[in-house]
Amino acid sequence: MKATRSGGLLALYALLLLSAPAAAHHGTASFDTGKDLTLKGTVTEWIWANPHCFLKFDAMDDTGTVRNWAVEVSNPTDMTKRGWARSSFKIGDAVTVSLQPVKNGAPIGRLRSVVLPDGSTLTAMGPPPAAAQ
Amino acid sequence: MKTWCACLLVMTASAAAGAQEWNRAGLPDSAINAPKSNAAPAPKRDISGVWDAGGAGIAGPGHESAPWTDWAKEKAASYKPGNGPRAVYEADINDPLSTVCDPAGFPRLVMYETRPFQVVQTPNQILILYMFEKRWRVIWTDGRALPKDPDPRWYGYSVGRWIDDYTFVVNTVGTDDRTWLDNSGNPHSNDLNVEERYHRVNHDVMELSVTIDDPKAFTRPWTPRNKMPLTLAPANFDMMEMICSPTEVIEFRKNISDRTNNR
Repeated sequence: MKATRSGGLLALYALLLLSAPAAAHHGTASFDTGKDLTLKGTVTEWIWANPHCFLKFDAMDDTGTVRNWAVEVSNPTDMTKRGWARSSFKIGDAVTVSLQPVKNGAPIGRLRSVVLPDGSTLTAMGPPPAAAQ
Repeated sequence: MKTWCACLLVMTASAAAGAQEWNRAGLPDSAINAPKSNAAPAPKRDISGVWDAGGAGIAGPGHESAPWTDWAKEKAASYKPGNGPRAVYEADINDPLSTVCDPAGFPRLVMYETRPFQVVQTPNQILILYMFEKRWRVIWTDGRALPKDPDPRWYGYSVGRWIDDYTFVVNTVGTDDRTWLDNSGNPHSNDLNVEERYHRVNHDVMELSVTIDDPKAFTRPWTPRNKMPLTLAPANFDMMEMICSPTEVIEFRKNISDRTNNR
């Protein structure tokens, strides 16, 4: 019981520490924060830069149309803490991306998590996985 | 409970052992920001080292300020911030820091993106080297007075003094009113006076308070940072670069920001 409570407090502490960086550069006004999209795609570009890193990938939507998506995460400093790196993606990688799209329907969004070709997952929101801690 | 603690210790120890020596801003928060109840007493008149406020230092949403004067309302009417109650769509933000890489300036550097910073003490100055923007400030400790009618500077003019063995107080004037105070678009005038108070609680913890006194812009002084705790990072902590590069910002706008509007 005590351990569970401590674990909860630790998780809350981690969340407090890490929730701020996600909104550091801009707020969420542009994004449909209630919407979740999961797309299978192929990486076309991975930009490791300020103010935000972003991943570009081709993915087919429900209508059979392939669009090139650009989805942002936080900056290299924050992403390093979560286990991300300049070398996290290669062009041509098959990935499954969970994202929050923008409201205007463009293929733009904020990345929640991504499954890499080796089956491992990188997350961009919420508490980081234990491995990155 | 014991088993759980042991597991956590093993995880923490292995993460620390495996951590790279360079770019240690990637050091896990658990390694530097965990509360330290057994910290040794603070050394006297010494705040040197790398200090980190963790997520609290970033203050992305901005700060709730004292009421604006009419002058401030007029000045900030054209500000389109990315956060706070007046937040606009990403495509419409005109924050000079994030859109064209103008300097954050002072005091924004201690009100927003206050990432790890290193304090260096010399006989007549305290230097603060900031990871964010990779900038530095000089705080004179040689007893000089603040300038009377200074030309504005992005980072102002600062003098500091020890008011006791564990508290260093900095006063700054001569800032540049082109800078915003924070991410929510709080404005300021060139008449701004800022007081920073660095109080070392023990060896590992220091508190930072920042008071804004700008009668031209605010109806009363206010304290956006009130005893914000900073933790001393390990001696081998290597700060990452965190620089606003216009080339990178243009690329980001082209790919993301400019395509997020609702028109």
